Amino acid sequence: MIKSELILRLAERNPHLYQRDIERIVTTVFDEIAAALSRGDRVELRGFGAFSVKQRPPRIGRNPRTGDSVQVAGKHIPFFKTGKELRERLNEGEPPAPKT
Amino acid sequence: MAGNTVTRAQLSEAVYHEVGLSRNESADLVETVLSEIAESLIKGDTVKVSSFGSFQVRAKGGRVGRNPKTGQEVPIQPRRVLVFRASHVLKERINAALSRPSGR
Repeated sequence: MIKSELILRLAERNPHLYQRDIERIVTTVFDEIAAALSRGDRVELRGFGAFSVKQRPPRIGRNPRTGDSVQVAGKHIPFFKTGKELRERLNEGEPPAPKT
Repeated sequence: MAGNTVTRAQLSEAVYHEVGLSRNESADLVETVLSEIAESLIKGDTVKVSSFGSFQVRAKGGRVGRNPKTGQEVPIQPRRVLVFRASHVLKERINAALSRPSGR
């Protein structure tokens, strides 16, 4: 599923909303997460998962071809940890359809 | 690093400000976005969000693990795990904001 398909599914479930509003909702959600991570904040969505930023220290790397040492700058890596509920739901076997 | 935690409440608030819906409906929609993604993943589908990243379910085989405290062997059953790969755009955005001292 890609973003446009996600938007279509949400539009089907919310026929009273304009599709362009759904698009803005989806864009806002991901943009807020990205903005939070860019501030160094954590994003915790219970049951789904948590996004955080991990720091990688600077290190001396090597050019694998020449063997030369190269200084590699430190960097920040976005990280996602799956929430407990989602992790469990992924492993409930192959349930036919979600219960309602 | 700032160390604040953003939750559903802030995401809903952002949606509320961005789109002309009520606070309640904004919160419901944030929840629906997350549950549509979760349901897709549970079906085994990959979810790709351009300029953000992709969520993919991987099947892991069973193996023999070890309780690090006692050293006792424990069987680990085959299972499905979710992996998130951040897009280059997201990685670059984070590094541009955090690795430079001046920030945004």
